[in-house]
Amino acid sequence: MSPTNVVKPGTKPVQPASNVKTLQIDGKDFSARPEETILDVARQNKIFIPRLCELEGLSDVGACRLCLVEVKGSNKLLPACVTRVYEGMEVTTNSPRLAAYRRMIIELLFTERNHICSVCVSNGHCDLQWMAQKLGLTHVHFPYRYPKANVDASHERFVIDHNRCILCTRCVRVCDEIEGAHVWDVMGRGIDAKVVTDLNEAWGNSETCTSCGKCVHVCPTGALSEKGHAVAEMEKRRHFLPYLTMMRESQE
Amino acid sequence: MSGVEEPIILLGRNDIEKLLSRHLCAGLIGFRRFRDCGVVEGQEHIVAERRTIVIDPVTRIEGHSKITLHLNEEGQVYDAQFHVTQFRGFEKFCEGRPFSEMPALMARICGICPVSHLIASAKACDALLAVRIPPTADKLRRIFGLAQVVQSHALSLFHLSSPDILLGMDADPAKSNIFGVLEKNPQLAKDGIALRKFGQQIIERLGGKRIHPAWVVPGGVSDPLTADDRDAILKTIPDALAIAERSIVWLKGTIEGFRQEIASFGNFPTLFMGIVKPDGGLTFYDGKIRFVDASGTLVAKDLDPADYQEFLGEKVEPWSYLKSTYYKPKGYSEGVYRVGPLARLNVADRCGTPRADQELAEFQELQRTAVLSSFHYHHARLIEILYCIERMESLLNDPEILDKHVRAIAKANALEGVGAAEAPRGTLFHHYKIDEQGLIRWANLVIATGQNNLAMNKSVLQVAKHYVKGEKITHGMLNRVEAVIRAYDPCLSCSTHAAGQMALQIQLLSPDGAVLDEVVRN
Repeated sequence: MSPTNVVKPGTKPVQPASNVKTLQIDGKDFSARPEETILDVARQNKIFIPRLCELEGLSDVGACRLCLVEVKGSNKLLPACVTRVYEGMEVTTNSPRLAAYRRMIIELLFTERNHICSVCVSNGHCDLQWMAQKLGLTHVHFPYRYPKANVDASHERFVIDHNRCILCTRCVRVCDEIEGAHVWDVMGRGIDAKVVTDLNEAWGNSETCTSCGKCVHVCPTGALSEKGHAVAEMEKRRHFLPYLTMMRESQE
Repeated sequence: MSGVEEPIILLGRNDIEKLLSRHLCAGLIGFRRFRDCGVVEGQEHIVAERRTIVIDPVTRIEGHSKITLHLNEEGQVYDAQFHVTQFRGFEKFCEGRPFSEMPALMARICGICPVSHLIASAKACDALLAVRIPPTADKLRRIFGLAQVVQSHALSLFHLSSPDILLGMDADPAKSNIFGVLEKNPQLAKDGIALRKFGQQIIERLGGKRIHPAWVVPGGVSDPLTADDRDAILKTIPDALAIAERSIVWLKGTIEGFRQEIASFGNFPTLFMGIVKPDGGLTFYDGKIRFVDASGTLVAKDLDPADYQEFLGEKVEPWSYLKSTYYKPKGYSEGVYRVGPLARLNVADRCGTPRADQELAEFQELQRTAVLSSFHYHHARLIEILYCIERMESLLNDPEILDKHVRAIAKANALEGVGAAEAPRGTLFHHYKIDEQGLIRWANLVIATGQNNLAMNKSVLQVAKHYVKGEKITHGMLNRVEAVIRAYDPCLSCSTHAAGQMALQIQLLSPDGAVLDEVVRN
């Protein structure tokens, strides 16, 4: 008997090998644990699946729909970030159809609010802008909605500019899951949905906000920024997040 | 027919446009001819045998505009208007934005002089922060501004106006461009392009890119200058200086051939306004405002640009999107003043750099009074280019210029701020009001071109009266009308921000000048 097979008394037995799922992504064979998602497997194996709402260290919600993939046997497109793997799954992460949908999603994000890159604090450091370039977006084929969105600069250090928000809810999740303050939430439905602080009060009046700034740094666009930055100066720092999550988990 | 008494149904603006465009000649400069007419129950009445000539678009300028010339029965011009037909609206749509975004936002007003807007806007924001910016940041901003004056002046003189000067006012419009200049005098064209490049490359080295750099920020600039960049810029200075010297010799040599134009191109008494240093020297960045009158006498001095509303009035005319600015103490009709290169050299006592001062002395000899003819804007432009290059050299050789402390950090400490600077085309004011959160609540921009508006209109009329005559209207006549506009180097994209619906006025005039009918929409 090799030492690895020895089960020490009082410890859980190693998961039986039969629980490993095998699947194909873009024609290549991979194996995964059953609780893993398609995106987990893709990320581990350096397969690029575009996404905007997903951020390592936060829970997944499937809000942006950019990670939609084709799965054989399903006529629906499935979001890779929240779809668990199963045995024999055949996934296609890129196809002309997916590329067209993804571009369309980005175009719709641009039309939904007022994303004016040239005068945005996050110009050049923006996930939305980067993704649009990465996916080869050259034109927006839908009419812009030009909604009248406001800027809340009542907080001493931070600003929320609803013109630039894509409703990814990263701020909502980081505040709830990591900071534990749950200042942010989403109100309204459909096109009227927007992120709010506390019960839709001015951010500066929020009693729950700890002013930690995590929401600002996970925000993919210029929607959340630190005050006083001129155009193109707002660079987000996110490297803290996976470490923070890791440290929390190791303490539990 | 002068006896029409019945009120005549007026055509809508679109109908007039259609009527006009039906008569539009092909080519860049078309002129249209139509009869003032009205329609009563489908019947066309000829009101008068007068003509209106429309030059649309005015070419080789920055922006969209047209000129209307009104001719009487004898074919003589009795009125003229310079209409700015584009509308931008920056004053309105910046409302609600954090003030820290303003410099870069305002820079988008113009692709030729974004730096001026950056500087005036950042200065207004400095006033909101209520800080004194680090001395190195102040100097770097100055260099940035001077580099832009060089490239913008080069564009105006060489790319837009040199065809008129080199090839003549009557030249074939197909040749009247920088390519035509390249054919006739390759050195001149190359010099102009090189000079613009010189300025643009300095802007790029400092600000990261040539157009719409976001380097100037509230409180200073975002990055210090490196020794490598300084040395690289310094290396290009001797060549640029040589070009400026050559060009000045060339321009002075051509002046003799334009006696008539000099006499009629906006050659009338007005006030002149500009910012000068405390010692009365030429400056583009900071100082107090001076007014001189046509005789060259000081009318007002040491005015604080922040108090501009006390001495400058702004009026909206129904036939243009461009506001007209006037010197308040003299009133709307008498308070016509000019800004820009000609005005700056008229108000300043000296340039403060050796070569430019020599040239200024010669320039002041042109006229015993203030130099009045707008034709001399070109000459003034070249002297300023000379000054800018000399001044940049001395600023770059300042040991402090590489200092790393280039930004003052503060929150908004004042709710209102004015920033003023001398843009290539004249004095530029940015005026902002913010709320407690630091969001813009109100903005007003007073742009050089708007300040020259009244003078430009008077100049157009003067030139048109002098040249546009008789039955046959030639290209050369109309080109002179455009050329006087070019002398001012107006930037219409910069200057059209007045908000609201354009007021529309239609007047029906009888040959004796009586207003038969009038419709005004405000």
